[in-house]
Amino acid sequence: MMTRLVPVLTFVIVIIAVWYAAAVQLNANWAYDKAKRAGVELNFTDLVADTWSQEKPRLPAPHQVGAEIWQTTVEKKVTSKRSLIFHSWITMSATVLGFILGTALGCALAIGIVYSRVMDMSVMPWVIASQTIPILAIAPMIIVVLNAVGITGLLPKAMISMYLSFFPVVVGMVKGLRSPDAMQLDQMRTWNASRAQEFWHLRLPSSMPYFFTSMKIAMAASLVGAIVGELPTGAVAGLGARLLAGSYYGQTIQIWSALLMAAALAAILVGLIGALQRLTLKRMGLS
Amino acid sequence: MSWLLPGLVIWIGAFALNIRLTRLPRSPLTRLAVPVIFGVTIIAVWECLVRGLEIPAVLLPAPSVIAATFASSIPILWVDFVQTAIKGALTGYLIGCGSAFLVAILVDRYRFLQLGLLPIGNFMAALPIIGTAPILVMWFGFDWQSKAAVVVVMVFFPMLVNTVQGLQDTTQMQRDLMRTYAAGYWSTLLKLRLPGAMPFIFNGLKISTTLSLIGAIVAEFFGSPIMGMGFRISTSVGQLALDLVWAEIVVAALAGSAFYGGVALLERAVTFWHPSQRR
Repeated sequence: MMTRLVPVLTFVIVIIAVWYAAAVQLNANWAYDKAKRAGVELNFTDLVADTWSQEKPRLPAPHQVGAEIWQTTVEKKVTSKRSLIFHSWITMSATVLGFILGTALGCALAIGIVYSRVMDMSVMPWVIASQTIPILAIAPMIIVVLNAVGITGLLPKAMISMYLSFFPVVVGMVKGLRSPDAMQLDQMRTWNASRAQEFWHLRLPSSMPYFFTSMKIAMAASLVGAIVGELPTGAVAGLGARLLAGSYYGQTIQIWSALLMAAALAAILVGLIGALQRLTLKRMGLS
Repeated sequence: MSWLLPGLVIWIGAFALNIRLTRLPRSPLTRLAVPVIFGVTIIAVWECLVRGLEIPAVLLPAPSVIAATFASSIPILWVDFVQTAIKGALTGYLIGCGSAFLVAILVDRYRFLQLGLLPIGNFMAALPIIGTAPILVMWFGFDWQSKAAVVVVMVFFPMLVNTVQGLQDTTQMQRDLMRTYAAGYWSTLLKLRLPGAMPFIFNGLKISTTLSLIGAIVAEFFGSPIMGMGFRISTSVGQLALDLVWAEIVVAALAGSAFYGGVALLERAVTFWHPSQRR
């Protein structure tokens, strides 16, 4: 445990140190400008103190971001529009809804592809080809078109998340459902198993490791989809809206705190799937 | 109504044809024909549905309209393509993948880096890195440099993780053999481990192609000069000029597929020895 923790911690400390140094470097110009106008000479300690406490710095220092996160999560009421928990909740609900829809659709399509030759030969090449296309580019269009039809709120964002998260699940599940080898399939046939039994007792259980791995990728993709989906809605609510509003008004501290919240959200959601994976695979005796 | 019927006929006909084709013994021809028929059918049915149900062009333009717009606005599309795909995505791709490759070799050399940097790299690879776009746009300005910077950050971690994994793919036996040949670190790296890592490296390179285009396009939503694919998409959506948006998406799809295909061809040439490439 210690041999693993020490290097990671070292790097975390190095990153934070570099961050502080970069904050001095990037914010120095503005500090010198201010000092020149006030007619004071800056010595090094003043410079450092100023660069770490500016209101709209080019790079906010870690403690500024930390203070902003603390203020907007703990000290604000959850229902307040300035609470990051409120915005994270909006993004998370779109992410999770899109992820569930995408995973369900992906599994259904994978089962179709594994059991039907027509599906396999006609759909699968397109699923693979669609991975090479920057799908995220159409996110603004989906939002606007669905708005025009009268669908607003959570669903358009969830649709984008669904679209992004369903490809990894299809590819992973097709691989997983095909992972039993010919010998195992023959064994099922010698037991006179029906196709349903073959699916429930052999193919589905052996696809589980693939399933969880692709779910992790799908969850990360889904979060990206939800954040990008919030950009064109005019910055109303959600972490993506906070990013956009922050970049319009030069509120760098707000951008960084939204970014760190998004990172935490991703870590929590992917971590949950990881925990589920360990639990399931352990009970199945696979890990 | 007069358009819906042909649409239905085409759909059923193509489906029946595909079922017949899949019953035939597998050959390169049917392998190509079945997906092509599927794709063409979708476009034909789309055209018939849009015309038959009279869906307004601000919701979903017909493929023929999109094709006409594409043909008539090639100069605009070309400028956007150069701005986003060549200047933004390709530059960032080369810098990001190149630096990730070099860092991966360092990480592989020193165990301390491996233990410290890899967990962080794995963690970062799962994060919504696209969120750094507004910050990088603020730092590097509105032009393509900031888009390239977003792409560098986006492709770095997947590439790093894949390359490190690839460098560890050789077996103890193979490395022992190199030792018996009295091969040092560098000749082992160049003659055994790097060639052995190539399938993983190309996996990273292929993932990065899509990521780089996505990064360059989405970064333009946060500010750009008055050209670029992301800029065109977001402004045309605002003007409800969806035919131009779709034309831009066609460009993105073509660029993405060509980029991916190019890397895949290179992979076939470099890793011809790998089981997945044998035919």
